[in-house]
Amino acid sequence: MNQAAVPPSPGASRERRILTGASLLILLGSFAYTQSNPALLLSPEALRAIGSFAAAFFPPDLNRDFLSSSLGPVIETVQLATAGVALAILVGFPMALLAAGNFHLGGALFEGDPEPSPAVRRLRAAPYWLSRLLLNFMRSIPELIWALIFVRAVGLGPLAGILALGVAYAGILGKVFAEIMESADLRPALALRAAGASRPKVILYGIIPPIFRQFLSYALYRWECAMRAAAIMGFVGAGGLGQHIEIAMRMFEHRQTATLILELALLVAAADFISSRLRRKLA
Amino acid sequence: MSAAPGMGAPIPRRPGGWGVLAAWGIPILLVLWSFNGVRGELAGFFTAESATQMWAYISRLWPPDRSPEFLLLVARATAETFAISVAGTAVAAAIAALLLYFAASDDVLGAGGEQESASPGRVMGRRAAYLAARAALNLMRSIPELVWAIIFVFAVGLGPFAGVLALGAHNGGVIGKLYAETLENVRRGPVEALRAGGARRSSAFLYGALPQAWPQLVAYTFYRWEVNIRAAAVLGFVGAGGLGQQMHIALSLFLESRLVTLIAAVFILVNAVDLMSGYLRRKLDAAF
Repeated sequence: MNQAAVPPSPGASRERRILTGASLLILLGSFAYTQSNPALLLSPEALRAIGSFAAAFFPPDLNRDFLSSSLGPVIETVQLATAGVALAILVGFPMALLAAGNFHLGGALFEGDPEPSPAVRRLRAAPYWLSRLLLNFMRSIPELIWALIFVRAVGLGPLAGILALGVAYAGILGKVFAEIMESADLRPALALRAAGASRPKVILYGIIPPIFRQFLSYALYRWECAMRAAAIMGFVGAGGLGQHIEIAMRMFEHRQTATLILELALLVAAADFISSRLRRKLA
Repeated sequence: MSAAPGMGAPIPRRPGGWGVLAAWGIPILLVLWSFNGVRGELAGFFTAESATQMWAYISRLWPPDRSPEFLLLVARATAETFAISVAGTAVAAAIAALLLYFAASDDVLGAGGEQESASPGRVMGRRAAYLAARAALNLMRSIPELVWAIIFVFAVGLGPFAGVLALGAHNGGVIGKLYAETLENVRRGPVEALRAGGARRSSAFLYGALPQAWPQLVAYTFYRWEVNIRAAAVLGFVGAGGLGQQMHIALSLFLESRLVTLIAAVFILVNAVDLMSGYLRRKLDAAF
């Protein structure tokens, strides 16, 4: 917005042209490589297929028996998401402690200590880098792939979903928790340190209490996301609503599918509402 | 925490009372209730039998398949997933941009003041367009990508194009909502000035509101691309191409040794896109 302030150098504008050109090339190449063909989507057959597909969803099946039988999967989805996030906190929090740079690696908590030898320094850095790498790996693999793996390892059902959410979300929560700790106000910690508290005590009493609400607030937000994810897990057999949506679709029970999708939307909206209300209390 | 006397800035007081109690109590109760609900499953997990089963499975994953022909296949699937994420994000951004003008409320663009005496019919039409745009965005957003993918596989056949459309449809709703919220937050001054000078609604939108929101819109689009690369990797489970499809095939044929290779490809691809997106966002930040 303040382009006038600094006239761009010729080098910068050239770089910009190259970047723009490359981006456009990638964009067009992507459409070509995916055989994207609007004519295919807008062809009468495709439109008819979508139309009949959409029409088959109406009206949603509101049969009392079906509704009460679908209550179980809804509850299972909530439990799956909640247990998954709880597991993710249990795993992610200790990893975040290791992955937060400011009280490792000669950060603030090591101030005043004699300079460690290179070997000691590397040894101290190892848990930091290892937990960062592991957290990155855990969150880079989508939860649905984790679910697919866990379904094979522990069998069909919500347990696979809980483990999948636990791993994938621990990766996300661990990273965010570490970032929150890194941006924490270190004065209370340094005061405790100066008064002679041990490092674990400094972390426990000096760093964590002031930022605990931020943790909880972010965990609540993730719980909301987990609800969405939990509903999808079932597509690979990991329990919850998704499993029933998948079965209903495969049996061509489109009206039941519509009901289940509606329930999913309601569930997500309810989780949205609860989590945003609670988060506002924590703000 | 109480501020020590003479410590400069006072520590801001935090809200307390029932709200905070609820914010702690409700999640704790939910967690207890949830674990109680799945306790049978959990009990089954902590048995020697389940440990052996898991170990048997894990040992079948190794060594990963590194045969040249499979690696070539993985490379092609990786490129396909990448292309799906790019094209899908572009489609989503296009849908969101098309709906953005209608999804911007009167609050932002002005209901038409003294200069433009909008007829009641026009005002009603505008209101209807606003509600329709919002409803469309909500519908697109609340149907998960995977369900969209099933629908589009049905409509245009197996393959990456269905994945592009599925990403576009779901994320059109997500990005559309983000775009609309960004637009709600622009400063009203430039819009009001244009309107006061006699500009039409569409001109006020184009020259008053959009330039302010633009950097944020671009940033959101890139952020969504980072989310979409992960989604693109799983859409193949229902036949929409890319690495997910290869993963699905490998698992259906019990070729577990391929799974590790494919997961490694997902890991590399996701991190590469994160780096790329971060780089481009920094470049754009510098440009704006």
